Amino acid sequence: MCVLAHVFEAAGIATVALVSVLPVAEKMHPPRALYCEFPLGRPLGRPGDADFQHDVARRAFALLDAPEGPVLETHPEVIELDDAAPLSCALPPRFDPSVPEAVDEARALRDAYERTRTATGRTSVGRVADADGVSDLVAAFVRIADGVDWTQAGLPGDPVSAAHDVRAYYEEASLALVDGPPDPGAAEAWFYEVSAAGRVVLAARRAMQAAQAPFPLWFYMARATRQ
Amino acid sequence: MREYAANLPVPEIDGTSWTVPVPLGDATVAIVTTAALHEVGDERYGPADTGYRVLARETRDLVMGHWSPNFDRAGFAADLDVVYPIDRLEELAARGVIGAVAPHHVAFAGNQDDTVTKVRLDSGPRAARILRDDGVDIVLLTPV
Repeated sequence: MCVLAHVFEAAGIATVALVSVLPVAEKMHPPRALYCEFPLGRPLGRPGDADFQHDVARRAFALLDAPEGPVLETHPEVIELDDAAPLSCALPPRFDPSVPEAVDEARALRDAYERTRTATGRTSVGRVADADGVSDLVAAFVRIADGVDWTQAGLPGDPVSAAHDVRAYYEEASLALVDGPPDPGAAEAWFYEVSAAGRVVLAARRAMQAAQAPFPLWFYMARATRQ
Repeated sequence: MREYAANLPVPEIDGTSWTVPVPLGDATVAIVTTAALHEVGDERYGPADTGYRVLARETRDLVMGHWSPNFDRAGFAADLDVVYPIDRLEELAARGVIGAVAPHHVAFAGNQDDTVTKVRLDSGPRAARILRDDGVDIVLLTPV
């Protein structure tokens, strides 16, 4: 981010940067920066709050009035992420006892996922499987958690991308089951701590670690602090 | 995560590049984000990708292609503008606060080699050239 500010300025384009890590900005001196202590992943602060986003943009563009730089200011509001409570979001009841609970659950969330996709017009599911294939990804993670070697479990791609698809599917589905955008980290906490699929992904991750799978292929399946 | 990122080694830059901006009300403005966004069907980002993807002004069905699991994604899923404030720019243009919204915007994935050489000398300048050719005067940089 800060490097890009220098690159674009050197090319003759003035920049204003929203920065999320203050010490980095202090070391790298982007010409005009607004430090926003908002959760990583939400640089404009509040989803669904156009007024707040305009406030951030207004403060950032105001830095263009500075006669010289670097200028580094701080947005007055802090939005916390730490210790997010899981979404209060109902999970579907068991429907097909012939398949693992997590697979049953993933299938049952399909309509909710589709409602969100229709409402937003976009999805980030699709790195190794589309929404129809997510329950198969979950089934593969169940096998890995049960001790099957990850290379033989039936994943159609790398496990990091597969875990991304499952998490994105659940987080997007959750938006159709709650009112308004979730608090920072709440949908992620719901996925990993409450849903059966999230717990299976973490179990598969632990199994891969124990089996000495390549570090990047299990570590990046979930946030670094997740166990 | 913020604490971890704060302690990552970064190149310390003494000087500050500086372009005198044109008045905001006359300026064509683009967004440059490091959120690894891309259009549907565009090349996906690799894990250490230092390249960029061009985002058309009118495109809204963007994909989050970041490899890091260490940030909130539900905000983006709920509202594109919390990462990529393209609708906010359109509103500012309609009010005359900014001159115009650029026809193209740019996304990077936030990856860089130890010396940040590729972004500084290769992909960054190439992306800047695209925006200059579009007549962009001011860039709003947004992280993830």
